[in-house]
Amino acid sequence: MLKFSKINILVTLVLSILVIFFSISNITKFDDNFFKKKINLGLDLQGGSYLLLKIDNEPVVIKELQNKAVSLKNFFKENNIQIFNININENKEIIFSTNEKNIEMVESFLNDKDGSINIYFDQFKSFQYEVENEKENFKLKLSKYGLIKIKTSSLDQAIEIVRRRVDEVGTNEPNILKRGNDRILVELPGLDDPMRIKNLLGKTANLTFRFITKSNDETFGSEQLEFEDGSEIANVSKRIIVSGENLVDAQPRMDNQTNETVVTFDFDRVGAKRFGRATTKGVGKRLAIVLDGKVISAPVIQEAIVAGSGQISGDFTFQTATDLALLLRSGALPAPLEIIEERTVGPGLGEDSIKSGLLALLIGFVLVIAFMLFKYKVFGIIANTTLILNLFFLIGILTIFEATLTLPGIAGIILTVGMAVDANVLIFERIKEEIRNEKNKIIAFDTGYVKSRSAILDANITTLIAALILFFLGSGPIKGFAVTLGTGIFTTLFTVYFIARLLTSLYVIKNKNKESLI
Amino acid sequence: MKNNIQFNRFYKVFNFISLALVIISVLLIFFKGLNFGVDFKGGTLIELRVNDKQTNISSLRSAFNSMNLGDVAIKNFGNENDYLIKFEKKDKDKNLIQNIKKDLTKKIGPVYEFRRVENVGPKVSAELLNKGLIAIAVALGAMLFYIWIRFEWQFSIGAIIALFHDVIITIGIFSLFSIEINLSIVAAVLTIVGYSMNDTVVIFDRVRENLKKHISIKIFELTNISINETLSRTIITSVTTLLALLSIFIFGGEILKGFSLAMILGVIFGTYSSIYIANPTLVYLNVSYRTVVKEENN
Repeated sequence: MLKFSKINILVTLVLSILVIFFSISNITKFDDNFFKKKINLGLDLQGGSYLLLKIDNEPVVIKELQNKAVSLKNFFKENNIQIFNININENKEIIFSTNEKNIEMVESFLNDKDGSINIYFDQFKSFQYEVENEKENFKLKLSKYGLIKIKTSSLDQAIEIVRRRVDEVGTNEPNILKRGNDRILVELPGLDDPMRIKNLLGKTANLTFRFITKSNDETFGSEQLEFEDGSEIANVSKRIIVSGENLVDAQPRMDNQTNETVVTFDFDRVGAKRFGRATTKGVGKRLAIVLDGKVISAPVIQEAIVAGSGQISGDFTFQTATDLALLLRSGALPAPLEIIEERTVGPGLGEDSIKSGLLALLIGFVLVIAFMLFKYKVFGIIANTTLILNLFFLIGILTIFEATLTLPGIAGIILTVGMAVDANVLIFERIKEEIRNEKNKIIAFDTGYVKSRSAILDANITTLIAALILFFLGSGPIKGFAVTLGTGIFTTLFTVYFIARLLTSLYVIKNKNKESLI
Repeated sequence: MKNNIQFNRFYKVFNFISLALVIISVLLIFFKGLNFGVDFKGGTLIELRVNDKQTNISSLRSAFNSMNLGDVAIKNFGNENDYLIKFEKKDKDKNLIQNIKKDLTKKIGPVYEFRRVENVGPKVSAELLNKGLIAIAVALGAMLFYIWIRFEWQFSIGAIIALFHDVIITIGIFSLFSIEINLSIVAAVLTIVGYSMNDTVVIFDRVRENLKKHISIKIFELTNISINETLSRTIITSVTTLLALLSIFIFGGEILKGFSLAMILGVIFGTYSSIYIANPTLVYLNVSYRTVVKEENN
């Protein structure tokens, strides 16, 4: 029967006031605690930049193989086992040979679960390296989990460095997230030209100090490196004196004597010691400052530098010096990053999108309300009241959860307005049918509600399924659509069964003797 | 005022028309292909606003063509000062956007503003396409599953045929008019799937109720009765939904145009197919009182 308990009515009333309150808190400007919660605007509405970065792990893997080769050499030397021809094959495996009598020894060392040379991961039941051998020729390949370990740790490192660099630039509320095992998502609200950040993230910032040598007689070997400005190609030793890891600070400065912009830096204790030793021995030599495989500058060492600080000059503008200092401060990325997806929306477009979205919402809303009024008269008023409250519930809930509203999300709200009346229409049409056969109006209304229920549920569940799939498989703005569409289904069902039903029953009980009720 | 329109007299005619439309759509999709946007094809999209009167589409075209970006497509977007520029440049240039800005300023002066830039790498676009297709497949599967637990198999077949009909024709129309397919179109297709199903299920619900109520009436007649009984609801709901969608289409800005158009088509075909695809299927499959009752006794 069309009866409601007092508690039921009270709860509905309180909830309605609550959501209206939260909806309104979106447009209030005060900074007090009650109105604090607001719907977040997506990047497409407030403007901003979305960058998806992919980390190129190959250099990390190669470095790991190189390090492993060195530790293998040392390890077997300590254990008095001769190995020879240790080498890295095609950048993916370590090969070496041993004497026939040592084969078993080498095997047992490499397959020792408690050993340190080939680490065993208990949780994956796998070694770091897979070991194969054909008689005395051994082959070590990173296992699946060994590779995953390396990738995760390089991703973790990279994300930390990315965060530092982005923070140093000082954009508001950046969002930096892991995506899969080799990607980083960077969201920068309010940034309409991500050029600087893109430049900063595109650099590995691997800084080394190395001597320039004349010949190839270096024990470590040397390589030909180009200068940043393309002015010369130098023969640079592969021996690293100090690297960026040993820097504690770097700042852009104006050199008073030369009037040049430079980057000054300070070494930590270890770095200062090494740098001091090398410059003491190398007076008169040229010291190359190498960044990401290019020589920035190569000054001649005039005297030993033991104070643990120095400066880099190299034709900087103040901006490039600032950026270099920032890169040096934040540290080197373990591997290069590549931007594989970029989406940037300027603030102008974002504002326009909000305006047009709200206009469409308003007009859609008015059209639907006018149509329902025209079609159902008094019951149109009931349906429209429900619809308005539905909108408040939808916006209020989005506010409470501080959900992110996107342009497709606004479209989802408008679509909810269009489809929400469906439930009331199903009920009203059913009631009309029931009234034809049933004299008692109250019974007819009750039956109308009961008999339309399964159709209403079906209709909403099908839409909910679509919204759920979009939520789990969609990305960015589309997710916003799924959120509003899905939430809209729940608010629709709630308002129809609690508010519209209450209003209809109040009306019907009062006017049960009227000839044409609906 | 009870509706009594003889929908069932036209089952065959409309089935024939629908079949033809579906075949034409499939042919279009296969032979004409789809106009994938940067989301799915990769490449770069720039939305540009120009603030002076001298610059027009041809001066922009010549400016962009001289930048060696490959095939550049330029068109007006919304109003006459806004342009949409798309190209696929294969080689990786980290400073692409910066260089374009530099070149463009040289050519037409600093009279423009980049309102939106989208740059999608080939790997990401392939993944997005894949993900989109999976989403649609999962949605169709989920609907099939829902209707299968909810109704008898004859009903499921009717609903699913109607669903495919709506989705295929909507995509066919997109192919015919070369309307861009991007991520939001996938969202629209999924919503169409939901709407089409919703509309069909409401009528089926009534058919099932009527099968139990009027045991002696043949299914051919019964579907017609059910369609008529639910007709006002069908019309009112599609009208309100279309009003909302038209409002998005006209006032919601350029970005939502494709999305709302797809939805409008979907709602129209979804409503039509509930009546002329889903219901005739029940007739062809000889659904009767026994279909419904046997199921319930099990």
